[in-house]
Amino acid sequence: MASVTVNEELCKGCGLCVDACPKNIMRLDSAKINQKGYHTAHCAEPENCIACAFCATMCPEVAITVEK
Amino acid sequence: MAVVFEKTELLTDLPMHYCPGCTHGIIHRIVAEALDELGIGKTAVGVAPVGCAVFAYDYFNCDMMEAAHGRAPAVATGIKRVCPDKCVFTYQGDGDLASIGTAEIVHAATRGEKITAIFVNNAIYGMTGGQMAPTTLPGQVTTTSPNGRDVEHCGYPVPMCEMLATLSGSAYIQRVSVHDVKHVKAAKKAIKNAFAAQMENKGFTMIEVLSTCPTNWGLSPLEAVQWLKDNMIPAYPLGVFKGAEA
Repeated sequence: MASVTVNEELCKGCGLCVDACPKNIMRLDSAKINQKGYHTAHCAEPENCIACAFCATMCPEVAITVEK
Repeated sequence: MAVVFEKTELLTDLPMHYCPGCTHGIIHRIVAEALDELGIGKTAVGVAPVGCAVFAYDYFNCDMMEAAHGRAPAVATGIKRVCPDKCVFTYQGDGDLASIGTAEIVHAATRGEKITAIFVNNAIYGMTGGQMAPTTLPGQVTTTSPNGRDVEHCGYPVPMCEMLATLSGSAYIQRVSVHDVKHVKAAKKAIKNAFAAQMENKGFTMIEVLSTCPTNWGLSPLEAVQWLKDNMIPAYPLGVFKGAEA
């Protein structure tokens, strides 16, 4: 299983990671906001993550760490 | 667990001030990773512009200098001539490089200064509130061209890569984009090629990176990357304009 960690205080909820994910498992959390007031991104189904790091490649805030 | 992707040490931990979805952050990262992978990151010297990327000196974890508006190539020339063994790069937007700083970039290129310019083109003035830039596309709506850029009145966009590639002093000129994963990876490779060419003393090198400005284009981040793909790439074709791709 792979792990995608989003630094929630850096995330601005732009959604570029959601669009880039080939497995469609990145989501913006509409129930949660960070200190800046953005809905942050997270990996909703870590068991389906293939650790391609496409989300991290497109993240303008360099807020994503991918491990496997 | 093994780390597949983490933030490079050549970027500081400071949160970037860019708008959500602005691709400046991606370009910062690939520049830092390119320097890191070539093993020249610790000794590199960057020159920050005036524009949205004015605080770039806070985000890169190498020596940085701030230049007056458009004068980054002149400052970089001085640094490179004093420290010829260091990798010296400028990070400039289109308002900085293609407008007020046109003289500096053209003359740095024609002198064959062994520096690398990272030219971020988003076809608009971002920091000052979305005015028309020299790179604004014909028909594009900005705050100073509310009916779209009229080429009869305002002229045509400046293709910097094509222009600088005609100069004898330029060694490696390429235009890339960062609208999807594939192009981000290609952009990083191009930036590495440019830094490598600089370290081999081949001459002036520039990478133009097509970038988005969701805020001033009036689009969401996802619409902005699509707009870049649909409108900017046909107007600014990607490719190597000078030098051989490594």
